[in-house]
Amino acid sequence: MAGASPPDSPISPHDVASVDDVISALADQSYLADEGLATAIFLALRLRRPILLEGEAGVGKTEVAKALAAWAGGDFIRLQCYEGIDVAQAVYEWDYSRQLLHLRAAEAAGATEGVAVADLEDELYDERFLVRRPLLQALSTTSERAATPTVLLIDEVDRADDEFEAFLLEILSEYAVTIPEIGEFRAEVPPVVVITSNRTRDVHDALKRRCLYHWVAHPSVEREVEILRVRAPHVPLALARDVALVAAELREMGLYKPPGVAETLDWAEALVLIGTDDLDPEAIEFTVGTLLKYREDQERARTRGFGEILSAVLGA
Amino acid sequence: MDLAERTLDRHLVRFAAALRAAGLPVPLVSTIEFGRAVAEVGADRRDGVYWAGRATLVHRPEDIPLYDEVFEQQWLGAIDRGRPATAPAPVTLLLDEPGAEHDDEGEPEAPGGDVLSVRFSRAEVLSGKDFADCTDDEMAELHELMDRLRFAGESRRSRRLRPTSRSGRLDLRRTVRAALRTQGEPLRRAYLEPGERPRRLVLLLDVSGSMEAYARALIRFVHAAIVGRRDVEAFALGTRLTRLTRELSTRDPDAALARAADAVTDWSGGTRLGDGLRLFNDAWGVRGMARGAVVVVLSDGWDRGDPAVMSEQMQRLSRVAHKIVWVNPLKATPGYAPLAGGMAAALPHIDEFLEGHNLDSLEVLAKAITRE
Repeated sequence: MAGASPPDSPISPHDVASVDDVISALADQSYLADEGLATAIFLALRLRRPILLEGEAGVGKTEVAKALAAWAGGDFIRLQCYEGIDVAQAVYEWDYSRQLLHLRAAEAAGATEGVAVADLEDELYDERFLVRRPLLQALSTTSERAATPTVLLIDEVDRADDEFEAFLLEILSEYAVTIPEIGEFRAEVPPVVVITSNRTRDVHDALKRRCLYHWVAHPSVEREVEILRVRAPHVPLALARDVALVAAELREMGLYKPPGVAETLDWAEALVLIGTDDLDPEAIEFTVGTLLKYREDQERARTRGFGEILSAVLGA
Repeated sequence: MDLAERTLDRHLVRFAAALRAAGLPVPLVSTIEFGRAVAEVGADRRDGVYWAGRATLVHRPEDIPLYDEVFEQQWLGAIDRGRPATAPAPVTLLLDEPGAEHDDEGEPEAPGGDVLSVRFSRAEVLSGKDFADCTDDEMAELHELMDRLRFAGESRRSRRLRPTSRSGRLDLRRTVRAALRTQGEPLRRAYLEPGERPRRLVLLLDVSGSMEAYARALIRFVHAAIVGRRDVEAFALGTRLTRLTRELSTRDPDAALARAADAVTDWSGGTRLGDGLRLFNDAWGVRGMARGAVVVVLSDGWDRGDPAVMSEQMQRLSRVAHKIVWVNPLKATPGYAPLAGGMAAALPHIDEFLEGHNLDSLEVLAKAITRE
C-alpha cells in the first residue's frame, strides 16, 4: 500500500484531461504506455469503468496497475484469482471465532437470558465482526480521499470460474455489494479497477462489455529500448538496442514462450552482470536461461545459432 | 454545435453498423460506450477515434484485423454500406445434406407413434453402419440419433466447498447461525466438503481432405457434446486452427453447423496435423485450456508434415492434459495398423485409442470421456 502520501503527479487520475496526461503521468512512474493503452486507461478513468487487459504473460499487464496506483497515491489492492475463489475470500467473511466468543461472553454474563434470537443476531452481525476481503476493501474508500483513489487489481481473472465472474460483474456494474446481514455497501469513491487475463479461456462477454478492453501486445523495438532505458538505466544504450532487436527476432521464431518485456529486462540485467558491452554468441549462451524458459525454445534458438541470430538482427 | 454533434453521432453509429455487417458482434451498449469514448478523446484526431473504438468495440484480439480493415474503409469514406467487408468463403458443409429442413419442396418430417417404431429399427441398422457408406438420408437420421448422446464428463475435485452432512471441515458460518438458536452454544455443527466439477473437454476435429467422409458426421457429434454439457471447447484442425466453440454453441444443429462451416475456411484442405496441434498448444492448450482436461482428437492420423513435429506436440499436450483420447475412423478398417507417420508418432502419447466410424463407436467414445 502506498499510503496517503500526495501523488507525485499534479493531476489526480480522475481529473485527467487528455490521453497525453495519462502518458506523461505513467511515464513519471517509469511506465511507458503507448497511445492505445493510454487511450484505454484515459477512457477508463473518465468513464469510471474497469479496464480489462489481455495479453501474453510478461507483457506488463500487472505493471500497469502498479504504475496507476503509484500515480494515484492511494491504496493498491490486489486480488489474485484462482480456481474456486468465492465470496468469503474475495469480498467478506464474518469473524466466526469472535462471534462465538462474544456469544459465550454474553451467556456467561447472563445477558442471553430471555433475549430474542433476532436481537442476538443483530449484535453478532455487526460491522466489527466483519472481515473485509480485497473487493470490499476497495469499495471502502471514503470521500475525503477522493483525490487519491484506490486502485484495485483483479489479477488473472481467467483462473477463476464462471460463477465468480458473474459475481464480479454485479460488483463492478454498481461499485456496490450487498451483505445480507447488514445491507448495501456502496463505494463513495469508485476505485480504479484493472482486470488482467492471460486468456487461458474467454472471459464472459457480459464482463467484457462492462469493461474497456485493451490487448497488450509485445512492444516495438524502439519502445522496448525506451522501456529498458527507463527501467534499467545502467544498461548501456547500445546494449539495450541489441537486446531489444534480438528479443524482437526471437518473438518472430514461433517459440512456445516468446520472451516478454519482463524477460528482456532480466536478460539485460544478466548481461550487464557478466560484464557484457557488446552482445556476442557466447554471452547469449551464458544468459539464455533468463530469456527463454523452455528447453525446446533454447534448443530451437541454438539450432539456428546465436551467431546467426545476431548477424541477422545486427546486419553484420 | 448541436448539429455537428448529431452528424458525428450518425458517423459513429454508421461505423458500428459497418463493423456489424463485417461480422464483428457489436452490441448496442458498446456503440453507446463508443460514442461517450469519442466525446472524451475528441473526434478531431484519427488515432483518438481509432483507439476509442478499439477499447470499446473490440473485445477479442482476433477481431483486431477486421476492425482495422473496417476502420480504414470508413475513415476514407469509401464504404459500401450493407456489404460485408470480407465475404465469408462459400463452404458447403452439412448444408448439402438432404432432408426436409433444407428443401422447401421436400416432404415434411412425419411425426407420430408408428413412425417412431420404424425409426427405432432403422436406428439399430444404422448405428453399426460406417459413416462413409451412409447415404445422405441415412446421415440425416444418424444426426438426430447423435443429438441424443449424453455427456456427463469426468469430474475432478473442485476447490469450491459445499455443505455436507458428513463431518469434515467445520462450516463456521452455518454453525454460528445455529448457535444463535441455542443461546450461543454451538450444539449443532455444520460441515463442508470439497465439491466436484466436470473436467474440461477439448475436442480437436481434423477437417482435412482425407477425413472428409467422417468429419461431416463427427462435427455433429462435437456439436452434441458442446450443447450437452458445460466446459467443452472445440477446434477444427486443417491447414490452420479454427476455434468452433462459439459457432457450435447454438442449440439448433443446422444453424450451428452453418456457422461453423462459415468459420472454417480450410475445409477438406491439406493435412498439417502436427502443425495444427502446435498452433493449438501455443495459442490455447498449454496456456491453460488443456491443463487437467480430457482432450479428444478426432483424426485419421494422416500428416504430410514431419512426424517429429507431431511427436513433440503430442508430448507437450500429454504433459498438461489429464487424458488424451484419439478417435480414428480408420481403426475399424480390417487390416488397418496405425503406421502412417503422424499416427505412429502420436500413439505413444495417447491414453485411449478408439474407433469413430459409426454411431456405436461414438457411444463408446461418449462413455470413454465419462469414465474415470
